[in-house]
Amino acid sequence: MVERGETSSTGGSDGTQDPFPSAKKITKRPKYSRFTQQELPACKPILTPGWVITALILVGVIFIPIGLASLFASQRVVEIVDRYDEDCIPPSFKDRALGFIQDDNTDKTCIRKLTVPKLMKSPIYVYYQLSNFYQNHRRYVKSRSDKQLRSRKDESKTTNCEPEAFAGDKQPIVPCGLIAWSLFNDTYKFSVTNQPLAVNKRNIAWDSDREHKFGSDVYPKNFQNGRLIGGAKLNSSIPLNEQEDLIVWMRTAALPTFRKLYGRIEVDLEAGKEITVMIQNNYNTYDFGGKKHLVLSTTSWLGGKNDFLGAAYLAVGGICLFLAVAFILVYVLKPRPLGDPSYLSWNRNPLGHLN
Amino acid sequence: MTRGQRRKLRLSKLYSFSCIRLHGEERHAQIGQRGYSRIVYCNDPDNPAAARLNYKGNHVSTTKYTVANFVPKSLFEQFRRVANIYFLIVACVSFSPLAPFTALSFVVPLVLVIGVTIAKEAVEDCQRREQDIEANNRKVEVYSGNGTFHRTRWKNLRVGNVVKVYKDEYFPADLLLLSSSYEDGICYVDTMNLDGETNLKLRQSLDVTSSLRNERCLQVFTAVIKCEDPNDNLYSFVGNLHYNGKEYPLSPQQILLRDSKLKNTDYIYGVVIFTGHDAKVMQNATHPRSKRSKIEKRMDKIIYILFSSLIFISFVGSFFFGIETRRDLVDKKYRRWYLRLDDTTVFYDPTRASLSAFFHFLTALMLYGYLIPISLYVSIEIVKVLQSVFINQDRHMYYEATDKTARARTSNLNEELGQVHMILSDKTGTLTCNSMEFVKCSIAGIAYGQGETEVERALARKDWSSEANEISIERIDSHGNAVHSGKPIGHSVKGFNFRDERIMNGTWVNESYPDLIRKFFEVLAICHTVIPDVIRETGDIYYEAESQDEAAFVIAARELGFEFFKRVQTSISLRELDYERGEKIERNYELLHVLEFSSSRKRMSVIVRSKADLLLLCKGADSAMFERLSKDGRLFEHATRDHITKYSQAGLRIMVIAYRKIEEEEYELWEDEFLKAKASLSADRDALLDTAADKIERELILLGATAVEDKLQEGVPKCIEKLAQAQIRLWVLTGDKLETAVNIGYACRLLRQGMREIVITLDSPDIEVLEKQGDKEALAKASLESISKQIRRGKSQLTSAKENAMEFGLIIDGKSLNFALTKNLEDMFLDLAINCASVICCRSSPKQKALVTRLVKLKLGKTTLSVGDGANDVSMLQEADIGVGISGVEGMQAVMASDFAIAQFRFLERLLLVHGHWCYRRIAMMICYFFYKNIAFGLTLFWFEAYASFSGQPAYNDWDMSFYNVFFTSLPVIALGVFDQDVSACLCLEYPLLYQEGKQNILFSWSRILGWMANGVGSSIIIFFCTTNVMVEQAFRRDGRVADFQVLGVTMYTCVVWAVNCQMALSINYFTWIQHFFIWSSVAFWYIFLLIYGYISPTISTTAYMVFLEATSPSLLYWLSTLLVVVSTLLPYFSYRAFQTRLQPMPHDLIQRKQRECAETKTSGESSIGTKDKLKHLKEDTEHSES
Repeated sequence: MVERGETSSTGGSDGTQDPFPSAKKITKRPKYSRFTQQELPACKPILTPGWVITALILVGVIFIPIGLASLFASQRVVEIVDRYDEDCIPPSFKDRALGFIQDDNTDKTCIRKLTVPKLMKSPIYVYYQLSNFYQNHRRYVKSRSDKQLRSRKDESKTTNCEPEAFAGDKQPIVPCGLIAWSLFNDTYKFSVTNQPLAVNKRNIAWDSDREHKFGSDVYPKNFQNGRLIGGAKLNSSIPLNEQEDLIVWMRTAALPTFRKLYGRIEVDLEAGKEITVMIQNNYNTYDFGGKKHLVLSTTSWLGGKNDFLGAAYLAVGGICLFLAVAFILVYVLKPRPLGDPSYLSWNRNPLGHLN
Repeated sequence: MTRGQRRKLRLSKLYSFSCIRLHGEERHAQIGQRGYSRIVYCNDPDNPAAARLNYKGNHVSTTKYTVANFVPKSLFEQFRRVANIYFLIVACVSFSPLAPFTALSFVVPLVLVIGVTIAKEAVEDCQRREQDIEANNRKVEVYSGNGTFHRTRWKNLRVGNVVKVYKDEYFPADLLLLSSSYEDGICYVDTMNLDGETNLKLRQSLDVTSSLRNERCLQVFTAVIKCEDPNDNLYSFVGNLHYNGKEYPLSPQQILLRDSKLKNTDYIYGVVIFTGHDAKVMQNATHPRSKRSKIEKRMDKIIYILFSSLIFISFVGSFFFGIETRRDLVDKKYRRWYLRLDDTTVFYDPTRASLSAFFHFLTALMLYGYLIPISLYVSIEIVKVLQSVFINQDRHMYYEATDKTARARTSNLNEELGQVHMILSDKTGTLTCNSMEFVKCSIAGIAYGQGETEVERALARKDWSSEANEISIERIDSHGNAVHSGKPIGHSVKGFNFRDERIMNGTWVNESYPDLIRKFFEVLAICHTVIPDVIRETGDIYYEAESQDEAAFVIAARELGFEFFKRVQTSISLRELDYERGEKIERNYELLHVLEFSSSRKRMSVIVRSKADLLLLCKGADSAMFERLSKDGRLFEHATRDHITKYSQAGLRIMVIAYRKIEEEEYELWEDEFLKAKASLSADRDALLDTAADKIERELILLGATAVEDKLQEGVPKCIEKLAQAQIRLWVLTGDKLETAVNIGYACRLLRQGMREIVITLDSPDIEVLEKQGDKEALAKASLESISKQIRRGKSQLTSAKENAMEFGLIIDGKSLNFALTKNLEDMFLDLAINCASVICCRSSPKQKALVTRLVKLKLGKTTLSVGDGANDVSMLQEADIGVGISGVEGMQAVMASDFAIAQFRFLERLLLVHGHWCYRRIAMMICYFFYKNIAFGLTLFWFEAYASFSGQPAYNDWDMSFYNVFFTSLPVIALGVFDQDVSACLCLEYPLLYQEGKQNILFSWSRILGWMANGVGSSIIIFFCTTNVMVEQAFRRDGRVADFQVLGVTMYTCVVWAVNCQMALSINYFTWIQHFFIWSSVAFWYIFLLIYGYISPTISTTAYMVFLEATSPSLLYWLSTLLVVVSTLLPYFSYRAFQTRLQPMPHDLIQRKQRECAETKTSGESSIGTKDKLKHLKEDTEHSES
């Protein structure tokens, strides 16, 4: 395209200079600003040996104490983990675990005895741990209706809940969906030296769930009335926001092995004490080979028992220190006068070779 | 005063030869046939016959879109990109149950990204539209039936309208010139917008219409034009005017083209022939082929690689999903009962596992789509536009004299500027200023003129080798520059750079041959076709000349006391010094004939009568002149020839000046013949005229020779040297003579001292003999043989000289080039050429320039850049990977065809070494980083899938994910692309070696790209496994709560956001507040987003509700794992870089250490170029003395 509006030249070749020199010319000269000239003040960090070594040592120096502290915290946590899924099958049913668990008439009570290894200060958290259970499966995760859980008027909004959306007579199931349907239903009763040990099951769910996601006017309806019974049944006279086990269960876990809070024991347990747990072993994990654990654990400032964080901090800190040493060695063994102009000379590569 | 005189001037007489010729006879016969069918009813646009023809109006639109088609067309443009098609398909599919996330969360970023791109298109198109509106609404005077003119808008013009155009107005359409303010119907036209030529063109109406000079005449004027159909040929026009029952042939001489301008003529009348898009200039406005940079081409490949890996991991995922699903059904029992697979759709059905795996594949394609950076294209486009703004705004590339800045006309090629291997440059107007300066002359065997030309200085350099000398010369140079650009010291006249006390200021009268000196300057002052223009107020005279040389002659004559001030039809007046009486007198020369210059004649003469004498004054090329000298006229031949050789060695353009006295009888005889030839209408009229002229231009008496310097542009040698240091090849493709080209080559350090020249030419006697015989076949054969022999000889020279590192310069002329570019020889020629340090192709045509460019581009596969300023460079500019137009004196044509426009050749240095390097670096880094960040993020999804039995459940909340590319990572990468600098501009210039990074494509090599990708993979692994292992099943807070899906997702996501942004912080070299702001605010925005999003009602935020506030922020584990993950993801890159800069540093690593700030950057703000150069030299000076 031909450009229009170009300022006209004086036309042809003039014999002398511009006839109107510097007469209020509007110049196109770009205005100076550090921004447009790309000269903004800037810090230009470069990886000088000093910087590199300092940074590496600094990371090492910070990370190793953190690692040690984390490890220490993790070590202080007292944790009792007891796998009971296999042991709670009576010997007569050893080969028919499925039959056992699916039979309504079998006695599923199971007594476990746990020894407290160290003093466990209250609160002691009681968890159940399932493994090989894919709460993160897309079909499973999506199978719920938040609307329905929140308020009564949305009772019939059961999208995504198939096949646990409606009971036989087209009545909506509350709470609908696979998550609720497969609610964990093992129960534990603790006692120490024949004294029952109270488990506080209140306040085990997140406040936000109780207050905003599960309605106080929503009551279970048509729940577990179908042909297939999934898991626990709910007391239909208690609103959902008070059914904390359900709320905890419905916060799906990220990984196939997960713990969920069952309750809290709010007394200290002395070392060496034996805890008797009466388990109602109702939940079917035998179909998919999932393990069931009962976990009693105290917490530290970091949470539960997990050495990984501390170990990782120690490892990274160690690597950094190692790298720092390696770098110092490189610097000593292979010092190079930096900024040596001979390295910059274009004469080193003579012309004549197209690269 | 002058206006009145010019009115009576019959230019048909002045332009006795060339202008008013009849041609295209045979094509006139075609009128009325195909391609020549246009009929224009002059002054009668309402004629029913005209209405039937239904020619379009004068409305033009150059926009890409119209209001109606904008939406569909721009969408179509957007979805032509493979990546965008993918995203579109995904967006459509995301509404199906296959989608792993809510459809909206996918559509919104896509709409945003596409929307930004379309908005950019819209803005650009609006600018074009405004230009159109401006053009369409310009006013012009149109003749209306009632006998008056009224002003109307351009767009309302119709074919057949008679318009009146005033001085300095643009022609609104292609017009037929009817008449002008001059009696003989001539007018002057400035065609700068069309062909870039600045000299004025003469147009003349037909004699029959030249009398239509007032409204009354026009009232009765009707005529019909039958002519060619609209076409894009600017230089031809075929048509007839049917007027008063007669038929008159029309030629381009009567056509005034749209977008050219009326000059020096008060007004003209014209008939509109072609309107709007039919106008020749509009027909020419093809959209130039869009060029794509090499980086972008490679980027496409990477996108394909990513697509393949996307498909691959999707396939892997689906494979395992299929197996898992099949395993769910064991002995007719469903294993994972809690999924209720007995009652499911096909997507999870274990009985149809392969089918569900197939559907899962589609889901996975969407889920892992984060591998493909959705915002890459739009980010790159934004970045490039901003980069162009910086190029346009660079004050170091602003040229005060023409008030022009550099302009990136396309933003596609910014980074390509950093990868140039070869520059193909025009000479005139590009390396040289295209302004001629009279510097020397030889009169009567004595050489005058003491000034030293730039070429001479360079030649001096060629002879002396010590660097010390070079510095001192540089000093002079810079001083000279300072004088040139600053205030002139003493008397300085454009086009005149002659100093010699012996003949200046009238002292020539004391020389030994004052008479000859006077004659010499009289010839200069009289023998030309220049038109003087006197400014009445000041008395200053301007000259309008066809060629710069002529202007230089007239100016020289004026400066030496022979002032040409008046030209009328039949005479030329000078103000000159009468040395006998010692006073200024006005002298009149009766102008009898002008024998025009032509390329075949190579000379020009005028015949004048002065007092009683009848004189023929002649100037011409030495080859044409020396053979015409009379026996007596050869007195100074030997000395003059010596001077000429010297001058031409100095790169000057030579004209030989001679005269003769003619006897009255001889003149009368000759005039008879000449007038007869002139009046003849036969085909050999030209030949007749030539022979007639030849008869009188004989027996000349030699006066001397002039030497005019084709001035090198400022800073050209330095720039070329810098480019050579950056190992960029420079080939010069010029239309000039071999000698001139070689000299300019030395002047601008293309050819250096100690370099051996290989000259390939066909100027050998045996070829010339064949040429004269006219046997074309034999000639071609012999030429081909000769060329191949010469090329082979050159190659053997090269190989033999390899040991002693001799550098070679190849010089080849246009004729030889024709043969060297044939299929058989081109490989051999190219091989020779690339092994020479410099290549100069002289006498090459525009087409040859383009051919050479193409040869280099295709055969070498390297990035080529062409730089040129004239219309003859257009094809070369379009052919090259990058076309750089010099927006100089020669106008706009080259600039319009270019990708970048700069005002001076020397700005190329900055454009390539600074902007090119930066842009290349920025874009390369940016793309690598883009892939890094998307792989780092996308793969975490994949690793998570492995722990979710590949069911297609994303690890993160839908909206978190969809904002990843749009909000949490986009701005820092744009800041990187726009602002990052590895080293400052002056260091870029100081160490041209840095340019190798782009030239060798170090920063965007496959190893580097794959390295970044590996880094991304590594980061994703670290992020995923660290976070999952930290947050496994145990409580993650003091209150015993365990991390659930959301908490793990948020933690991982936090780590990703931190890691990629810190990686950015680690890899950029230049932290202004902008970078800091963008990077840290991106991270901060993630937290803010978490807060806000978590605060919205859970119906919208779903799983993200209160996650941050309630669950993660009180957890120390969350913060500690962030720190751990971020440090460990950065560690590999950091240690790699730390070791690399020590052990195998890249060029920029080395130069970065030289943190020494250049003084230049500090002062550059306001200081002029001159002082800057001085500073530079001073610095070089100190460096030399130090070493």
